[in-house]
Amino acid sequence: MNTASARASAPRSADPDSAYVSLVDVTKKFGDFTAVDAVSLDIRRGEIFCLLGGSGSGKTTLLRILAGFETPSAGTIRIDGADMSAIPPYERPVNMMFQSYALFPHMSVEKNVAFGLEQEGEGREQIRRKVGEILELVRMSGYGARKPHQLSGGQRQRVALARALVKRPKLLLLDEPLAALDKKLREHTQFELLNIQQRLGVTFIVVTHDQEEAMTLGTRLGVMNHGRIVQVGSPADIYESPATRFVADFIGSVNMFEGRVRGADAAGVYIECDELGCTLRAEGAASSAAGATVWTAIRPERINIGRQPPADTGGTAENAVRGTVREIAYMGDMSIYLVQIASGRMLRVTLPNVTRGADRPLTREESVWLFWHGSSPVVLAE
Amino acid sequence: MRLSARAGRRLVAGIPTLWLLVLFLIPFVIVLRISIADVRLAIPPYTPLFSWHHGTPHLELHWDAYQFLLTDALYVSSYLYSLKVAAVSTLWCLALGYPMAYAIARAGAATRPMLLMLIVLPFWTSFLLRVYAWIGLLNYNGVINNVLLYLGLIRHPLALLQTDFAVYIGIVYSYLPFMILPLYANLEKHDQTLLEAAADLGARPWRAFLAITLPQSLPGIVAGSLLVFIPAVGEYVIPTLLGRPDQLMIGRVLSDEFFENRDWPVASAVAILILALLVVPILYLQRLERRELGAK
Repeated sequence: MNTASARASAPRSADPDSAYVSLVDVTKKFGDFTAVDAVSLDIRRGEIFCLLGGSGSGKTTLLRILAGFETPSAGTIRIDGADMSAIPPYERPVNMMFQSYALFPHMSVEKNVAFGLEQEGEGREQIRRKVGEILELVRMSGYGARKPHQLSGGQRQRVALARALVKRPKLLLLDEPLAALDKKLREHTQFELLNIQQRLGVTFIVVTHDQEEAMTLGTRLGVMNHGRIVQVGSPADIYESPATRFVADFIGSVNMFEGRVRGADAAGVYIECDELGCTLRAEGAASSAAGATVWTAIRPERINIGRQPPADTGGTAENAVRGTVREIAYMGDMSIYLVQIASGRMLRVTLPNVTRGADRPLTREESVWLFWHGSSPVVLAE
Repeated sequence: MRLSARAGRRLVAGIPTLWLLVLFLIPFVIVLRISIADVRLAIPPYTPLFSWHHGTPHLELHWDAYQFLLTDALYVSSYLYSLKVAAVSTLWCLALGYPMAYAIARAGAATRPMLLMLIVLPFWTSFLLRVYAWIGLLNYNGVINNVLLYLGLIRHPLALLQTDFAVYIGIVYSYLPFMILPLYANLEKHDQTLLEAAADLGARPWRAFLAITLPQSLPGIVAGSLLVFIPAVGEYVIPTLLGRPDQLMIGRVLSDEFFENRDWPVASAVAILILALLVVPILYLQRLERRELGAK
C-alpha cells in the first residue's frame, strides 16, 4: 500500500501548485440545451473538490465528461498534464464511484473489486493482495465472497469505493457518494471518506446537491448553476462571502435586501435600504459608485435579537431595526425566530440556546430590536 | 372476506391446473399406456391393459415397441438427426437473434416498437404458407437460383431444396422470433450504468460485453434456446416440405407410424422417447439458469 500511495502522489509536474486537473472552456450541448457552459476550472493534487448544485445544474454532466462518458462539445481537459480529448473512458487514469454504486450483481465482492485490476492483466497473486488490502481499508475484509445483494446499503457503498480506489486512479470521481445512505450513516461515512482520502492522497472530485455534505467533505467547492460555475472557494469563503444572490441563497439560509449605495468611508460602505428601514453599513466591502443598486445578504445567525436597542448605536438607524416576533421554532441546540419589521418583511434570525432554561425567553408577538455587527452584511456582486 | 379471497386464489390457480390435467397429463398417461400395449387389428388397434383368464385379470405389459425403437437403426438415426438439427438450428437462432435483440434493446424509444412489430409481423401469415414460400425460393428453378444465374455467379442451378441446409433455413427462419423476444425482454432490462462502470474500470467494450452483458443475459439465452430447441426436435412440417427424403426427423417418423403403419404402440413409444430426450437438456439449462439467478 505504501508503494502504491507513493505512486499516486508522486509529483510528475515540476510545479506542485500547478493545476493537476485543468478544464478550459468545457462546454457540453445536448441539442439546443447547454448542460455545461464554458466551464474553466483548476483542481489541485490531493484535494477534495466538491461540485455543488441543484438538479439540472450540469454538475453530473461535468463529472461524466471527466470520466469520458460524454464528449465535450468544446474545450479541453488535462489530467496531470495529459490531454484527455481522445482518450476513451477505459484508458483514462480516472475511476468513478457511481451514485447507484453500479456493482456487478453476478460477481462477488472480491470479483467486483478485482475487475479493474484484471483488465490490466496483473498477476493473480498481486490482484489477490491488492484486493485484500483495499477491502481491509474500507473495513469489508470478511465480505469478499458475498454477492452485492447480500450487503446493506452502507456496505455496498464501501465496496463501490474499494472498487474505484483499487487501481489507485489519479483522480476519483464520486457521484452523490452519500445520497443513498440514511442520515446517521451518512455523517459517519463522511468522516470515513475523508480519512481514506487522506491516507491514499488521491484527488477527489465529488458531485453533490447536499450543501452540508459539500461543506464537510470539500477542501474547495465549486457552486454550479445553469451549467456555469458561479463561485469557487473554500467552504468558509463560499458561506461567508457568497459572490451572488444564487450562491448566498443556495448555501445555508440568508436574509437579502435590495438597496442603494449612499457612499463609503473607512468604516465601510453605507447602503440605504427602504425595505429594511435602516442604513446598512458593510465593513470591508468593495465600494460601488454612489447611487448604484446592490443586494446585501445577512446570515440569520449573524443577527442579534434583544428587548433593548443596542447600546452603541446612539439612536442612529444604522445596522439596527425594530420588529415583532411572529414565529419561534425551537430546534434544541438553537431557536429560529421569524421577526416582522415595519415594511412587513420577515427576517430570519437564529440564536443558539446557550443557557438551559433562560429565565425570560422571548415570546411570540413580543416587540424586539434586531441588530448586527458591521462585518455581517455581505454586498453581493449580482 | 378472507374466505372469498382464498376461494379466488384457488380459482386462479385451479383453472390452469385443471387445464394442464385434462389437456396434458391425462393424454400423456393415455399415450404412455398405449406405448406399452401390443398392436392388433381391431378398434382401437392395440391390446387392452387387462386381459381376463378364467375370471382373473392379467396385466398386459408389452415393451416390444421400446425394444424395437432402441434396436432399429432407422429410429436411432432419426432421433440423433433430430437432435442435431434442433441443436444446430438453436445455435444459428442464437447467433442471429442475439445481435438483433441487442440492437432492438439499444434502439431509440421511438423506433423500438416498430422493430418489435417487424419481428412479430411474419406471424400474420400462416406458418404453412411461409414454409411453402421457401419451396418457391429454394427450388431448382426457384427465385434464388434464377437470381444467381442471372447475375452470372453460378453456371448451373444449385440443389438447395431437399437438403439439410433447407431444413436449417426453414427452422431458423420460423423460430427466430422465439429466440429474439425473450432475449430482448432480458437485454432491455439491463442497467447501462454497469457497462459504464466496466469501461471506467478499464474494460474495452468487447470485454465489458463478455464480462457483464453476456452473463446477465443467460436467463434470456436459456429461455430462447428452449423455445427454439424443444419444438425444433419434434418439427414435422419443415423437414417434410424442405428436407431430404432419405433422412427423416423423428416427428415425421411418429406421424408415419401412426398414420401409415397404424402402429399406435410404436408411435406412442416414439413420442414418449422424444419427451425423455427433451427432459435432459431442459433440466440442464434450467439448472444453469437457477445457478445464475441464485447469484442475484
